Amino acid sequence: MNVPAAWYLILAAVLFGIGAFGLLTRRSALIMFMCIELMLNAVNLTFVTFSRTLNDISGQAIVFFVMVVAAAEVTVGLGIVVAIFRRRSSTSVDELSEMKG
Amino acid sequence: MATVATLILLMPLLGFLTLLLLGHYLSEKQVGVIGTGVVAASFIFAIISFVLLLHDSSREVTVNLFAWISVGTLHVPAALLVDPLSITMCLFVTGISALIHLYSTGYMHGEKDFRKFFIYLNLFVFSMLLLVLANNLVLTFVGWEGVGLCSYWLVSYYFDRDSAASAGKKAFIYNRVGDVGMLVAMFLLFSRLHTLTYLTIFERAGTLTPVIATLVVLTLLLAATGKSAQIPLFNWLPDAMEGPTPVSALIHAATMVTAGVYLLVRMSPVLALSHSGRMTIAVIGGVTAFVAATIATSQKDIKKVLAFSTISQIGYMVLAVGVGAYGAAIFLMISHAFFKALLFLGSGSVIHSLNGEQDMRKMGGLQKYLPLTFPTFLVGWLAISGIPPFAGFWSKGDVLTNVFEHNKALWALGVLTAILTAYYMTRLFILTFRGTERFREDTAGHDPHESPWVMTTPLVVLAALTVVGGILDLPWVHHDSLAGFLAPTFGYVAAGGHADTLAQYGLALVDVAAAVFGLLAAYSIWRNITESSRYESSFLEHVWHWDDFYDATIGRPLTEAAQFSDDVIEPQVIDGAVTGLAVSVRRSAEGLRKVQSGFVRHYALATVLGLAVVIVYLVARVG
Repeated sequence: MNVPAAWYLILAAVLFGIGAFGLLTRRSALIMFMCIELMLNAVNLTFVTFSRTLNDISGQAIVFFVMVVAAAEVTVGLGIVVAIFRRRSSTSVDELSEMKG
Repeated sequence: MATVATLILLMPLLGFLTLLLLGHYLSEKQVGVIGTGVVAASFIFAIISFVLLLHDSSREVTVNLFAWISVGTLHVPAALLVDPLSITMCLFVTGISALIHLYSTGYMHGEKDFRKFFIYLNLFVFSMLLLVLANNLVLTFVGWEGVGLCSYWLVSYYFDRDSAASAGKKAFIYNRVGDVGMLVAMFLLFSRLHTLTYLTIFERAGTLTPVIATLVVLTLLLAATGKSAQIPLFNWLPDAMEGPTPVSALIHAATMVTAGVYLLVRMSPVLALSHSGRMTIAVIGGVTAFVAATIATSQKDIKKVLAFSTISQIGYMVLAVGVGAYGAAIFLMISHAFFKALLFLGSGSVIHSLNGEQDMRKMGGLQKYLPLTFPTFLVGWLAISGIPPFAGFWSKGDVLTNVFEHNKALWALGVLTAILTAYYMTRLFILTFRGTERFREDTAGHDPHESPWVMTTPLVVLAALTVVGGILDLPWVHHDSLAGFLAPTFGYVAAGGHADTLAQYGLALVDVAAAVFGLLAAYSIWRNITESSRYESSFLEHVWHWDDFYDATIGRPLTEAAQFSDDVIEPQVIDGAVTGLAVSVRRSAEGLRKVQSGFVRHYALATVLGLAVVIVYLVARVG
C-alpha cells in the first residue's frame, strides 16, 4: 500500500502544531524540551517525505544533521535544567524571569 | 635700484628682528641707536632710490622678490612697485619716522618696556613701507593689517591702564570694519579683472561696468575711512591718544592714518571711473573736516585737540582725492606730516615738562620755560592755521583751489573749516604757552624744564621743514614741483589747478582772511579765560555724541542680544535640545522594557507569530 505524501505532511504539521502548542502552554522545562523535540522531528518527517517524493538523498542527509544537533542540544539543555532544579527544586520556567526588563 | 628699494623695506625689518632676538642683551642706549639707526638708514636708501628714479625715464620700476601665492588663476608675487607716488610716500614716512624714533629715545627714557616700544615702532614703520611699496593689493593688505596690529600694541602700550587697553581694542575693531571694505574691493576686482596687481588693474580697469566701479570705489572708501579715521569710523583716533605721545605723532603724521588716503590715491585710475563714487569721497572728506574741526574747538586735552585736528586735515586730503586733485592730497599729506609731527612732538615736550599733565587748563605761560619748544610750536601753529609762507598755507590753498573748481559748496565748507582750524589751534596755543601759569600743582612748585636734545632736535628739523615745505609745490611752478613729479602716476589727471592766476590770488586771499579771522577770534576770546561753557559746548566736547550713538544703535542692542542668548537661547534651546534628547531616549526605553517580560513563553510566542507572519507573506507572494 502506497501512502500519499500529503498524509505524511499533514502528520508532520499536526506534530509540529502539538509541539508548538505545548511549548507555549506548558511551564515545566522538561515538557517544553519534549515539545521542541516533537517539532524538530515533525520537520524531519517533512524532509524525509520530500526526499522520497523528489527522489533526492540530500533531504535524508539533513535529517541526520538535525538529529545530531538535537542530541547535542538536549545534552546541554538537560544539564542546565538539572542545574536549575538543584538550586530551586522546580523546573517551572515562569520562575526564571530574572531577565525581566 | 632693485637692491636699494628692497633695502628701504628691509632695514626696519632688520631692526625689528635684531631688537626682538638680541634686544635682551642690549642696553637702553644701544636699543635706541639701533631702532633709530635702521629707520634713518631706510631714509637714506629712500633718497638713493629717489635719485635713481629721477634718472629712470619710465618712472616705474617693479622689483620682483619672489612668487608668493600661486593658486589657479590667482598669482600674487611679493613684488615692489617703485614709482613717484610710492617713493614720495617712502621719503616722508622714513624721514619723519626717523625723527620720531630719535625723539622717542628721549621721551621713553627710563620706561621699563623701552625695548618693546622700539620693537613695535620698527615693525610699524616696516608695515607702513610694505603697504606703500607693494605692487599689488594683497601685499598692501599685509602692510595694512600690520599697521593696524602695531597701532593696537602701541595704543595700549600702557596696558595696565584700563582706558589704554580699551582704546587699543577700539582702534583695532574700527579698523577691522574698514578692512572688510578693502577685502570686498579686492574680491570685486579679482572677480572682474582676474588680477590684483596695481598696474594690471589699471590696464584692465576700463572693462569694469559703472556699477562695479562705483562699488569698488565705495568699498575702498570704507577701507579708507577706517584707517584714515573719517566719518563714520573716526572715533578711534582720539582714543588712540592713550598711547605714548611719539606713537600719536607716528600714527598721525607718518604712518597709519595716511594709509587710507594713499590707498585711494593709488587706486586713482579706478576712482576715475566712478563720478558718484568720487562725489561720495569728496562729501565724506569735507564733512569730516568740518565736524572734526568743530569738535576740536571744545576739547580740553591738548592731545585730543591735535587728534581731531588730524581727522580734520585728513578730511581735507580725502576731499582733495574726491575732486581728483591727487597731487594736492599728497602735498597736503606731506606738509601735514611735517607740522603735525612737529605739533605732536611739541605737545609731547610740553607734557614731558609738566610731568604728564595733558589738560590745557593746567598749563599756560610756558613760553619762557621752553625756549626751543615754544618757537617750533609757534611755527607749527601758524602752519596749520594757514598763515603764509608756511607749508600749511600752500598745501591747504592747493586743495581749496582744486575744490573751488569742482564744487562751490564743498569749497565753502572747506573755508569754514579753515576758520575753525585757525580758531582751535590759536586757542590751544594761548592756553598752553600764554596767559597765567597754572601748572605749579603738577610740577610741585618747580619751573618746568626744557626737554633733552634728542627731543628738541627733531622739533627744530621739523620746524625748518614746516617753514620751507611750501616750495615742494608752489602754485606758479609746474614741472619741477611735487605735482609735476607725481603726474606720471596719475596718468591723464592734470597736475595743478586750471583756475587763472587772478582767481588763484583771490582764493589765496580768502584763505589768508579765513586764517586771520579765526586767529583773531580765538585771541579775543581766549586771551584772558581758560574755560568757557559758552564756547565749549558739551555737545562738541562729547564728539557730537557719536560714541553714544554707536553705543545706542550697535553696542547696546548687541549686548542685549548676547544677554538674551545667555538667558534664553543657551539654557532653553541648546541645553533643551541636549537634555530633551536624553529624556526622550529614557522615555522610549521605559516603554520598550515592558516587551522584555522575562517569560520564555512570551518570547516563544513572539517567535511563532513572527514565523506565521513570514509564512503568510511567502504564501501570499506565491499565491
